[in-house]
Amino acid sequence: MDEMTGDEVIKKFLYLNRKAPYGSIYALESLEVVLIGAAFDQDVSLAFIDDGVYQLKKNQETKAIGMKNFSPTYRALEGYDVEKLYVDKASMDARGLTEEDLIVPVEILDEAQMVELMAQQDVILSF
Amino acid sequence: MKFGILVNEGPYQHQASDSAYNFTKAALEKGHEIFRVFFYHDGVNNGTRLTVPPQDDRNIVNRWTELAKQYNLDLVLCIAAAQRRGLLDENEAKRHNKDADNIAEGFRISGLGQLVEAGIQSDRLVVFGD
Repeated sequence: MDEMTGDEVIKKFLYLNRKAPYGSIYALESLEVVLIGAAFDQDVSLAFIDDGVYQLKKNQETKAIGMKNFSPTYRALEGYDVEKLYVDKASMDARGLTEEDLIVPVEILDEAQMVELMAQQDVILSF
Repeated sequence: MKFGILVNEGPYQHQASDSAYNFTKAALEKGHEIFRVFFYHDGVNNGTRLTVPPQDDRNIVNRWTELAKQYNLDLVLCIAAAQRRGLLDENEAKRHNKDADNIAEGFRISGLGQLVEAGIQSDRLVVFGD
């Protein structure tokens, strides 16, 4: 819930990333909100579920589709104090992915833990 | 209650845009406050005054404009999303040497900070998207 520090409100923001990185613009534009939002000093988490787990896949090569590979930006999030990254275990399993396939350290959550994470939030931005 | 609204899909293409409008209108009629409606992704296309829908269909853009007029709503198009998709106000058109602007009455263009602020200031942020 809201915490008050002086007159600043700090809320828990969860960015919920559900889509593959390049089939549509949702992943890229979600990341843009995260980067801008970092300036507001809120309590930020990112969660990746369904095809969204592909956003964190190592060794993305986008030259052939003429799009910019923005996956290195996820590694830069730490510099924005965005350090809480969660991935959904069932989504990883269904796609044959393990933590070693991902470009950043994450915490893997089962369904009940993901539900709990969402229940703790003040604001969930779903992309 | 104070609501923030996020619209992530374009008009006619996706029901999210209609649902966001219906929710916003219903909330206002019930006496709730809408802190801001923020349009992102293809949602920025809700703010072009150049749409010409068939006469027997709803006019989604005009509906937003009318609602904004009636309730003094803050309708904000994300500037980065708008520029990618060719949504410009007069200033932006001038700044980028474009020969026209197309933003509809009642809308304004601003940054993503306005979305985060809506999340902070509202009791609930309701997301309409795919």
